[in-house]
Amino acid sequence: MSSLSYLVSRLLQIIPTFLLVMVVIFLLVRMLPGDPAIAMADAKATEAQLELIRQKLGLNEPLVMQFLYFVRNTLTGDMGTSILLKAPVSEVILERIPVTAFLTVYAVCLSVLIAGPLAFVAALNKNGSLDIAIRSGFQVGLSTPVFYIGLLLLTFLAAGLRLFPVGGYGATFLQHLHHLMLPALTVALYTSAIIMRNLRSAVIEVLDAEYVQFARSKGLSRSVILGRHVLRNALISTVTLLGLSIGNLMSGTLVTETVFAVPGLGRLMLEAIFARDYPLIQGLTLTFAVMVSLVFLLTDMVQAWLDPRLRLS
Amino acid sequence: MTSQTDSLLKVRNLKTTFHSKGRTLRAVDGISFDVRAGEVLGLVGESGSGKSITLRSIIGLTRDYGSVEGNVYWKGEDLLARTDKQLQSVRGSQISMIFQEPMTSLNPLLSIGLQIEENLKAHTELDKRARKARAIELLDMVGIPSASSRLSDFPHQFSGGMRQRVMIAISLASNPEMLLADEPTTALDVTIQDQILQLLLSLAKNLNMAIVLVTHDLGVVAQTCDRVAVMYAGRLVETGSVRDVLKRPQHPYTLGLLKSVPENIPPAHHSFRFPARHQHWTHCRRAALSLPAASGRKMCVLVPNPR
Repeated sequence: MSSLSYLVSRLLQIIPTFLLVMVVIFLLVRMLPGDPAIAMADAKATEAQLELIRQKLGLNEPLVMQFLYFVRNTLTGDMGTSILLKAPVSEVILERIPVTAFLTVYAVCLSVLIAGPLAFVAALNKNGSLDIAIRSGFQVGLSTPVFYIGLLLLTFLAAGLRLFPVGGYGATFLQHLHHLMLPALTVALYTSAIIMRNLRSAVIEVLDAEYVQFARSKGLSRSVILGRHVLRNALISTVTLLGLSIGNLMSGTLVTETVFAVPGLGRLMLEAIFARDYPLIQGLTLTFAVMVSLVFLLTDMVQAWLDPRLRLS
Repeated sequence: MTSQTDSLLKVRNLKTTFHSKGRTLRAVDGISFDVRAGEVLGLVGESGSGKSITLRSIIGLTRDYGSVEGNVYWKGEDLLARTDKQLQSVRGSQISMIFQEPMTSLNPLLSIGLQIEENLKAHTELDKRARKARAIELLDMVGIPSASSRLSDFPHQFSGGMRQRVMIAISLASNPEMLLADEPTTALDVTIQDQILQLLLSLAKNLNMAIVLVTHDLGVVAQTCDRVAVMYAGRLVETGSVRDVLKRPQHPYTLGLLKSVPENIPPAHHSFRFPARHQHWTHCRRAALSLPAASGRKMCVLVPNPR
């Protein structure tokens, strides 16, 4: 009951966020230098032809009207026609969402699989040689740029050992897993470094908590204490951080998808920016904003599921 | 003194040492005492005298943080010789412990029903339904109203006194023969303190359970304990029946503790408490009180003036 009202109130909070994002996108795109009409027309177009294009795009209308059209059209699913691809923006985006969603979920899973166990090992050997080794390893990962890690992986694992394809997406689920392994790993190395550090210190803190000492005094097995009492409590702060880093991770796909030639939203965004494809940029930015909002919502839901104090107060 | 055979717990020369950044701190310095079945032993002393560490060392909770030496015989078998895994069958089953802070000692994310039942799952053969029934029975026993509807509640939905009752219910789940109670009432307000103490005592009596009650409140000791052991600076300075120790303290520190109970202060001196408490005292640099020799500190203690 109160869990449901929490969900509803959290969903309602998305609406103002969404409106704000639309205002920002609209203004930002109009502040970009350059004339989209020139970009659309060919180089020899006359001023009259350019004027015709501007009229067709509604670029001569007052800004407020342009914004209202933008909101109305977006809500009805019409995000205009891509200048670059000459196809409806919503279609282009819907086509590519699965690729980026797959890559993101894949990268998150890899980060958690890498960071989780290592954080526990490091925390349980606090200040031991294993702990120091793990932390220094991730320090290197954190301080190396994402595109450089990507290039290294490409050079050695794909081009050198030929374990993975150099790019592309594949057709079946297993092919997706295979093709996206390197890009996902590239992003995951960075994310897992952040997660590992946070989870490690959370576990160390929770291990000393009185309720863990009480759990030990109850004669529970080590696996129950670590799994039920320590992990859950340590996860609370880490889940928030994971949610935030998924936001980062999505912007990271701009680089990774380009390096690995993955046909997702990130690479499309770069192409749209270079082509000054306003409708596509707007649509993509909105899509990213919605995806990040949904991730934050999901993060809050997981938090509430973990912590009854959030759910029941 | 208790004869060796009928003691449930025999602590012999227990030493707990913590090492931190090149410094060594001996929190418990060679203490020995016995606890008989069904007996209530008070362990008193000021903050930092090593009472809590003594309790935690008995069931091996301090191992991860420092080194523990000596012997802790439980029914004749040395607990300190056991591995952590081997201790699991004793902890929470034969020897339970309750902690000082009910606000922080229950896991905030788990329902209290689960926190009771996980003890039962670890130590009994009860099935799921029987565990639930037992959990309700336990909550009922410690005086939590409408117990069956509160199993799914979480710690933050209970007051401090109620949480302490929950903790007692958890610790009693598997019918332990001994309860280590680490200042179970210190964090509670005065009216609740008395309720919790009475509850503990009546439960101990009904279940024939021994209690080691750590406290710094001599009033509590006089009220509840059979015997008392006085700790100071990691050592036991005096052990005996409550009557003997409170009436005829043998050690200057015990006397000091007794004299520091506020009711001995004449009202006129309230603004200047310390000298008022110690008006019959004088400094003595050759006091019998032994401090850890290794610490290299000289200790000045107060002893009564000759009359």
